[in-house]
Amino acid sequence: MTTEVIKIKGADLQTEEMILNLGPQHPSTHGVLRVILKLDGEVIIAAEPEVGYLHRGTEKLAENRTYPQMLVISDRWDYLSAMSNNLVWCLAVEKLLQIKPPEKADHLRVIMVELNRIASHLVFFGTYGIDIGAYTPFLHAFREREKILDLFEEVSGARMTYNYIRIGGVMADLPADWVGKCRSFLEWMKDRFPEYDTLLTGNPIFQDRTKGIGVLSQAQAITYGVTGPNLRGSGINFDLRKDEPYCSYEKFKFDVPTGANGDCWDRYWVRIQEMKESVKIVEQALDGLPAGETNAKVPRILRPPMGETYAQIEAPRGSLGIYTISDANDKPYRVHVRAPSFINLTMLQEILVGQKVSDVVATLGSIDIVLGEVDR
Amino acid sequence: MILPVWTIGQKRAAGVLSGVIAAAVGIALAVGELPVRIAQIWESVLGLAAKKAVPAIVMDIASMVIQCSVIIGFISVAVMFMVWWERKVSAHMQSRLGPMETGGWHGWAQTIADAIKLLLKEDIVPEHASPWVHFLAPVVTFVPAFLCYAALPFGDKTISVDLDVGILYIFAISGISVLGIIMAGWGGGNKYSMLGGLRAAAQSVSYEIPRVLSVVPILMIAGSMKLTAIAAYQSEPVSWLPFLPKWFIFYPFIGQVSFLIFLICSVAETNRTPFDIAEAESELVAGFHTEYSGMKFSFFFLAEYAFVFLSSGMTAALFLGGGSGPLLPSWFWFLIKTFAVVFLFLWFRWTFPRMRVDRLMEFCWKFLLPWSFVNILVTGAWLILR
Repeated sequence: MTTEVIKIKGADLQTEEMILNLGPQHPSTHGVLRVILKLDGEVIIAAEPEVGYLHRGTEKLAENRTYPQMLVISDRWDYLSAMSNNLVWCLAVEKLLQIKPPEKADHLRVIMVELNRIASHLVFFGTYGIDIGAYTPFLHAFREREKILDLFEEVSGARMTYNYIRIGGVMADLPADWVGKCRSFLEWMKDRFPEYDTLLTGNPIFQDRTKGIGVLSQAQAITYGVTGPNLRGSGINFDLRKDEPYCSYEKFKFDVPTGANGDCWDRYWVRIQEMKESVKIVEQALDGLPAGETNAKVPRILRPPMGETYAQIEAPRGSLGIYTISDANDKPYRVHVRAPSFINLTMLQEILVGQKVSDVVATLGSIDIVLGEVDR
Repeated sequence: MILPVWTIGQKRAAGVLSGVIAAAVGIALAVGELPVRIAQIWESVLGLAAKKAVPAIVMDIASMVIQCSVIIGFISVAVMFMVWWERKVSAHMQSRLGPMETGGWHGWAQTIADAIKLLLKEDIVPEHASPWVHFLAPVVTFVPAFLCYAALPFGDKTISVDLDVGILYIFAISGISVLGIIMAGWGGGNKYSMLGGLRAAAQSVSYEIPRVLSVVPILMIAGSMKLTAIAAYQSEPVSWLPFLPKWFIFYPFIGQVSFLIFLICSVAETNRTPFDIAEAESELVAGFHTEYSGMKFSFFFLAEYAFVFLSSGMTAALFLGGGSGPLLPSWFWFLIKTFAVVFLFLWFRWTFPRMRVDRLMEFCWKFLLPWSFVNILVTGAWLILR
């Protein structure tokens, strides 16, 4: 039998792949991320996120700063939730020093961190709308965030880099009347969620753009070490506030929302639900706000005993961890930050392949990275 | 009933607004029907020309030049107003104020200032661009928009060229502008604009089909392709629609389906959200006009808004009875209806997210197209059984 080879005319013709640099200057890379996309038409065949454009070397800087001085730098990692960064640094140093902050400080920390979580998720909600092409949610979200920033300004004097949570407690007690203002904000905030649902969540085009897009399976999520809402979006119930409580989180009742499919929609939905849970937590913390001191007794110069420690919290973007080594000096010997944004970003190269260019933005937005934290 | 308590600012704003509306109505009533006025003025000009023994051909050319200038002037003013209006509408939807400074009252002069800025900007041609294509693209995009206005009736008989195939003409000419977008996408020498141009080409060509088909039932009922004839058909007295005017949008089933398909396709044709995939900011930076700045960019801008106004005007003429309406002159009614449709465009843009390319195509070919065929079938059956 002879095999007949039929030569089709033009069969050796090929289409060329196009390499598209998404970023570092692009409206929707949320900062200075660069994703090198290899395109076949509009379909992605390879994606490579390139980071480092915002590298400031904070881990190295820490080696030349005293422990309280490093607190200022921690504000600059994830600048959308600086309170969480403050908190994790303080927890790490307190662990080294074996200090226990007073109960009131714990409550204040929880209030601030949860308010900051709402603010951070609001930025996600707004910018995700813009990524998908809806411009209006952005300004609605920022209207609410503005109120949270006003509250923060009253307690800490700053709107972005708070430096409010200090080693051994917090900077200062709440100003008079702050609790009332915070309560009225929470009531107001509760009425906004239905508004968001009508504006974006319930929109069929939005659901069409997000459901089934950028699917991250449970196995992939665990392999890549993804944490936070991205992990819970894939259906894994893991939240450090529940599983490894810190700052008396065990006292508060709240649910951990999880998704089912691990697509962009689930990641979005989990964040919206988390905002509602955070409102609940802040309400409980305000209700049970104890009297007393806001600061533990902390020596003037901190020289933790020799040793190493790892502290982690559930930041808005995932598990934020600090690994510090102390050589009994007033400066840390080594600091490593486990930045959730950076680790979550790594999954991008796998889940982008096979999608369309417009889905890149939807997927990238749903991971909710902050480049300040990715590059540190 | 409890009346709302208004602040001084709200009272002032309401006063100013009602004043503006009253002034507009007053001017409209004073001017009256435009064709009558224009005929009067033109007669006197012709009389003057006859005295000075100006050849007739000169006066014909002068007439054309004047009509062109009026259209260009109208487009520019309408676009400037629409841009300002869009900024105001979007601002109020987003709980902010929009332009408030330039010109004093609610930033009315903001667009004029922006236009002057765009005109004075340096014209930048990127290194990788092919200069001629880059230069011609905005022209090819804008000129069809301008040409289409010749056959658009601004009320009864207020039309520059009353073509027998008016609708066909507008569809055919406005279809050319997609060439300009492809040229812009290719000529810019930028990958983003190339993707934007390709998307725009696929989208415009696809949506043109259901858009034309959605008008077919109207042509079947009205029996004419003349836009003025269609508008006039809708202003006739009604026998079987006792409460409503005899506009096509009020025809049961046929009218609404046609209207919706036409509106959706018009939004898609003008590349506006939720169909703005050609210039999707969050994906393609600025799509096909990424590499354009200054005057050339403003031409794309002008063309986009000119097409928005054109589509709205066509919607008004085809579905909303053109210039028919009580008391006020027909051109004023036409403008009211047109801007009401323009408001729909703005409303869509500031509340909807963007669709994805493949879903967009699916929506066109698998949903809009079959339904427009069904609509034609139903209209045919109705016409036979009537």
